[in-house]
Amino acid sequence: MAAYIARRLVWVVFLLFAITLITFILFSVLPAGDPAVARAGRQPSPELIESIRHQFGLDKPKPVQFINYIGDILPFVGHNGVYFGFSYTNNAEVLPQILDRLPTTIFLTAGAVVLWLAIGIPIGVISAVKTGSWLDRLSMGVALIFISAPVYFLGLVALYLFDDKIGKFPVLPGNSAYGQAHSFPEKAEALIMPWCVLAASFAAIYARFLRGNLIDTLQEDYIRTARAKGLSERRVVFRHGVRAAITPIVTLLGLDIGILLGGAILTETVFNIPGIGRYAYNAINVSDLPVIQGTVLFGAFFIVMMSLIVDILYAFIDPRVRY
Amino acid sequence: MSTGTGASDLLQAEDSGIDELVAGEGPVAARSPLQLFWRRFRKDKVALAAGTFIVLLVLVAIFAPLIRKVFDIPNPNDGNTAALDDFGLPSGPSSQHWFGVDDLGRDIFSRVLDGARVSLLVAFVGTGLSVLIGVTMGMIAGFYRGWVDTIIARLVDVLLAFPVLLLGLGLASACSTKDGCLGGALEPGLKVVITIIVIANWPYVARIIRGQVLSLREKEFVEASKSLGASNSRIIFREILPNLVAPIIVYATLFIPANILLEASLSFLGVGVQPPQASWGQMLSDASTIFQSAWWYMVFPGLALLFTVLAFNLVGDGMQDALNPKSSRSR
Repeated sequence: MAAYIARRLVWVVFLLFAITLITFILFSVLPAGDPAVARAGRQPSPELIESIRHQFGLDKPKPVQFINYIGDILPFVGHNGVYFGFSYTNNAEVLPQILDRLPTTIFLTAGAVVLWLAIGIPIGVISAVKTGSWLDRLSMGVALIFISAPVYFLGLVALYLFDDKIGKFPVLPGNSAYGQAHSFPEKAEALIMPWCVLAASFAAIYARFLRGNLIDTLQEDYIRTARAKGLSERRVVFRHGVRAAITPIVTLLGLDIGILLGGAILTETVFNIPGIGRYAYNAINVSDLPVIQGTVLFGAFFIVMMSLIVDILYAFIDPRVRY
Repeated sequence: MSTGTGASDLLQAEDSGIDELVAGEGPVAARSPLQLFWRRFRKDKVALAAGTFIVLLVLVAIFAPLIRKVFDIPNPNDGNTAALDDFGLPSGPSSQHWFGVDDLGRDIFSRVLDGARVSLLVAFVGTGLSVLIGVTMGMIAGFYRGWVDTIIARLVDVLLAFPVLLLGLGLASACSTKDGCLGGALEPGLKVVITIIVIANWPYVARIIRGQVLSLREKEFVEASKSLGASNSRIIFREILPNLVAPIIVYATLFIPANILLEASLSFLGVGVQPPQASWGQMLSDASTIFQSAWWYMVFPGLALLFTVLAFNLVGDGMQDALNPKSSRSR
């Protein structure tokens, strides 16, 4: 077990290094534009560009730049305490800007996760137990529609129908409401619509996934044994079936949470929620490469970390896994 | 003697009965996996309907310029200021503009048609290239094994553990600055989107194919072919590849809707297909500022996207059931 965790940790360190290298190539080698010019603003003097180039080490060869870049993002090493560099647009430090927005993104993610598990798991179990029933067909049909609909289209439709200012049936705060909310209940209310929209497709994916797994599990010999020894159907399904069928969901859930924590960029964009995703979107619009780079690295970090946590967690919750 | 003839008569009768039975079924033909697959697939009416929809959509996309000419529909990038009201707000569906116009007075039906071309092009080319690379890599790794396999499998592991989509977003935005990427070689737009799709998809294909090849290469028919002196290339292309056709088609069908959504999302974020070229994702992005007054601008591209992705998902599900009849979905 310890050896397994150690192997995973080495793998994670390697992955993080590879991600750092790729983002460096993406943002410092590939773009044809001169970053010093981009930072200098409108109509800069050649001297200003030169001084910026020197200040940020852009006059050094690329490998040296890469080593400096690693130094810039390593915790406790950082470039004079600055970690992800500075934004092109307002020269603000990128990392504090991201961290400021993290609670919003966590709040959005957490609410959506609770909602989609609460919807997806019961539907998946019922559909699997009553395979072929009208309930199963209906819920799987609806699930496929939600899987096929992009979240921004669902979001726009939800705003059009239910937004309290512009909607046809004004019931919920929607567009930009989170940024204007002050108290916690107001913020939670502002997120009801984004939560529902974000949770819809995930609930559909989880319901389909769990249904498939549970149907396969219920065909296993040990389920027949459990039935044969006279256990109640409820006990067979829940203690023997669902418990085994639900473990792969942990993997799915871990990765999805990792992706969303890195910025639910589409949802945050549609509802104008000031989280990490919206920050990245705004940066994309003005080609603010340091900010995009920061958010990409931050998001990649979450995904890699969540997959590490999932792998280790798996060893504990699934007694069948041996290392 | 009589009993003997009786017995032989009986035998005769039985034989003819069997002959009749067999004749009634028609000649017994060996069915290839692909034929079996088709026989099961065509029983799934929903998937067949979705497949018909896709065929129609492809035809519409191919013949979009002709359709525009026949029905006298304006070009996708021609703005008709007469269709905007005094405040510059677009007008809704009418006999002249079936789906209404956008904020620049451009015909939305015409742009949705053009969006279909982009979506399908990106999805088919992107998926096709991913499958090509993935199958090649997977077959090399699975067939030759050894150090080649180790390198490819490790590369696949790294790419699968990677947040490829996030980095794809990074690549798209880095290349969406006005100067492009690689000294202008990788311009923003279709090329970047397809590159991202290929990078994100081929590892999945390679892993699936590698697993299949690893098991196929141990099968008796491959051994038989080998003992008859067949060359490696003959074994790969004539023995193994035909057995991979069905899974390749199924996985390609499952990748296409995901790639359509990916293209739309990148375009929605402004780093995919570049204006003025119409794309569904970008139209939804433009619509998000005026959707409360112009619902048609959001509804039609959105529904086009939804129906297209849904149709591919339905066909993909149907194909998966047909390929693997014991799978959970078919029960």
